[in-house]
Formats: sequence, C-alpha cells, structure tokens
Amino acid sequence: MQTDNRQIYVDNAATTKMSRTAIDAMLPYMDKIYGNPSSLHSVGQRANEALAGARERVAKLLGCEPREITFTSGGSEADNQAIVSAARLGARKGKKHIISTAFEHHAVLHTLDALKKEGFEITLLDVHEWGIITAEEVAAAIRPDTCLVTVVYANNEIGTIQPIAEIGAVCKEKGVLFHTDAVQAVGHLHINVKEQNIDMLSLSAHKFHGPKGVGVLYARKGIALTNIIYGGAQERGKRAGTENIPGIMGMTAAMEEACANIDANAEKLIYLRDKLIAGLSAIPHSILNGDAKSRLPGNVNFCFEGIEGESLLLLLDDKGICASSGSACTSGSLDPSHVLLAIGRVHDIAHGSLRLSLCEENTEEEIDYVIKSVEEVVTYLRSISPIWRDLVTGKKQFIIK
Amino acid sequence: MALYSEKVMDHFRNPRNIGVIEDADGIGEVGNAKCGDIMKIYLKIENDIIADVKFETFGCGSAIASSSMATELIKGKPVAEALKLTNKAVVEALDGLPDYKMHCSVLAEEAIRSALDDYYQKNPEKKPEQ
Repeated sequence: MQTDNRQIYVDNAATTKMSRTAIDAMLPYMDKIYGNPSSLHSVGQRANEALAGARERVAKLLGCEPREITFTSGGSEADNQAIVSAARLGARKGKKHIISTAFEHHAVLHTLDALKKEGFEITLLDVHEWGIITAEEVAAAIRPDTCLVTVVYANNEIGTIQPIAEIGAVCKEKGVLFHTDAVQAVGHLHINVKEQNIDMLSLSAHKFHGPKGVGVLYARKGIALTNIIYGGAQERGKRAGTENIPGIMGMTAAMEEACANIDANAEKLIYLRDKLIAGLSAIPHSILNGDAKSRLPGNVNFCFEGIEGESLLLLLDDKGICASSGSACTSGSLDPSHVLLAIGRVHDIAHGSLRLSLCEENTEEEIDYVIKSVEEVVTYLRSISPIWRDLVTGKKQFIIK
Repeated sequence: MALYSEKVMDHFRNPRNIGVIEDADGIGEVGNAKCGDIMKIYLKIENDIIADVKFETFGCGSAIASSSMATELIKGKPVAEALKLTNKAVVEALDGLPDYKMHCSVLAEEAIRSALDDYYQKNPEKKPEQ
C-alpha cells in the first residue's frame, strides 16, 4: 500500500542501522580470527588480544580503566547486574533502600520490582511534566539505609536528559552508589564516568549503529559485581559465557565512530529535531512530551488529542515512515506508556503518542515529508474518531489546548 | 509474519461505512478513551431491516477494522439477524485477529448491540418477545 518505495526510518531509539565501519570491524572475527579467547592456541590468542584491545578502547571512550569494563549481552543485562550487585552490597550492610525515577526503562523498573519482593524499599522520584529530576530531589530522598541511586541518563521515550554529573556529586558526597542507564545517551552525548562521578553505567551497542546483543557494564574499581550468569571465568569471573568477539569488535568500532562525531551529529540533529518539533506543534491540539531543550538531539515525542497511536503508526508505515508510539495497543497491555503517565499525561492523551527518533542520516527533505504525513494521518484519524467529534462539537473539553 | 491479516489491513485502510447518520434510529457507543478504544455505531432501520449503518472509531488498527467488518456484516440484514452478530463472526470474517486484540471484536459486537438497544428503547413496540 506504500505510495512509493520511500523508506524513512525515524525509530533510532528502538534500534539503529549498523554502520559500515561496525560491520567491517566484525567480519574478520567471524571467519578468520574466530578463536575462543580462552583457548591457548594462536587463533584463540589473537581473539583474546582483540578483546583486550576492545576493552581498552571502550574504557578510553568512557574515561575509565579497562578492568572496569564488563562486556554483556546488552543494556538490559547490564542494568540487571548493576542493580542486583548494588543491592547485594547494600543488604550486607543492612541498607535496603534504592532511589530511582518513575520513568526508567523496564530493565531497571522490573529489576527493582523483583528486589522489592525481596524486601527492598524503592523510592521512585517524580519526574515532573518536563521529564527532568534535580540533584536536590535525589539528595532529599537519600536516607541512611540507601544503597543505590539509579537514574536513566536520557529517557528512551521522551529523550529528556538528567543532570547526571550533579546527581553523581550528590551520591559521592553521601556515600551512595550511583548507577545510570545510559543506553540512549552513549555515542550521542559526551560522557566521562570519572568526571561525572558515575559508579556504574549500562550501555547497548545497537543504539549507536553497533550490533544487537552486545553491551557494557562499567563498574568502578572496588565495586564487587554479583553474577547474573554463572559458568566459566570470563570477564574476571563476573559474567560467564564465551565472549561475543564479533559483537564486541563491532560495538567498539561503532562507539568510537559515534563518539568522534558527537558534536557534528548533534548540530545536525538538533536542527532537524527542532524543525520537526516546530512543524508538529502547528497541528492543533498537539503537545510535545518532555522538555524542549534538555533532550536528546534526535528525539521528538508528541501526543495528538483524539486519536490512537497504533493506527497512526500503521498509516505512517503505509507512507514509508517507521516510527513508534507509547499507546497501549503497541505494548500489548491496556495501559499506555508508563513514561507518558509519569510526566502526567492522562490515559486518553497518552494513547495518542508518537515517537520519532532521528539519526544523522535523516535529511531535511525527509523531515518535511514526515511533518506533512503526520499532519495528514492525524487529520484523517480525527475525522473518523468519535472522541474528536465530541471535542469539536463541545460535548467534551479539550485536554490539550 | 505481519501483525494483521490482509483482510484486517484492507478494512483498516479502507474502512466501509465510515461516518455519521444524522437522523439515526439507534446509536450505540462503547469502550472508553482510558483503554484506548471507543466505537460509535449509527443505525437506520426500515421495515425491520438495517437499511444503513455508519461508524466512528477511536482506536487501533484492529478496532477500526473490526467496526468496519461488523457494519458490513449487518448492513441490509434483518434486525433479528444483526442481534445475533457475534465477535467470533467478526474475527472469522477478518481472517483472524491476534489474541491480545480479540477485545476489539468484542467491542464491535457490543457496539452493534448497544445501537440496537437504543433503537428498541426508542421503539419499544418493536422489541421481540423475550
């Protein structure tokens, strides 16, 4: 049903296209240097050298030591291990209180749910309508029995960036471990774990044009990690399983490339993002979700009153536009996105959300097409919506003015 | 595998009987915005036949397709037959729905039922013996 063969991918917060650099970096480790890094023979040892090299390069990009890097299967595993490790360390000292936010990724929230069942007390900070917490709010929530503060670096749905360095400073002063889920931030924002007082950080390769199924947990020296996966002695005995060498090499190359281009990419993306925000704001009864400025360079997230997100996505897909939504229908549950509810959007509005996440390959011409298409589809869906009829005939009050 | 069958996508992209009947004999609205689905059905009934039917839907692809199909299934049919429309019939006519979307077809059945209830409320003499 696509009108032409155009495909505009604006779902880069879900995953990205792999870069040629990343693919090329992986290939030799599939059919040439395919050894197991634990093997003593030369093919294995060459893989082991590559692994050590990748660890050094990733450490350098984050501003830490190579031994502080643990390669994982991705962001979710890193989040799980970071939080569980901090919880075990805390429990040993009788500290069973954890501070987080209401709009974390499920990899964090569901790990916290599991700890809650074990008797941990969880405080989820309110993220306000603009989607940003303050270091003061974290400081005020810290108690003598707090063992961990875990705050998402940049939210995956609405892209708002948290004051990570300030929160890090507060945690350091109070002697509480600080973890950040930086899955959406790495490769897009400047990060230095030492300067920002980050004790633990999770990242995922496929969010910056690297391969899927590989990520990193950075944990400051001295923080004893708890195993999530038991087995061999890989990753200093803290994460068993033969290392995913092709994935790690691809991730490392992608991360270097992304980090080297952060400023140039951000400049381009912010221009496109703000143009898109301005264009979509012109649609009546629409609202931007999250702060307009302190947000990821490529993130745009809107709610449109009177329509539902899944039908919006399907019709945009027909026009060649790949996007995502926080509507219930896209999540398989009856509730819309917890992120949109956390910033105070009511259910009726949250169902009509659209996330467009750009990458540096998107063009201005594509942005113009997206604006035009979204406007067309929203107008059409409103024309068949009984809610919209009630709103325009005054039977119901508009929520978004 | 696509999320929806070709039939569902067809009825979603080209919904039949979309719109409003200004002098409808029966109107039914079910669902709520909180859950993300609202269906509104308008019926024109002449000589115990569904002479015309229109709908408006706020909801996902399968909600729009379910309401479209439900209206197709009852249009031109005797009221007694429309009363017997089941969500199962809607699902079958759509060549299936994903499990977690079944409620959309239930909503379509309820919307038709609700519009017919409204019609009987306005025309109690037409109501069949229980």
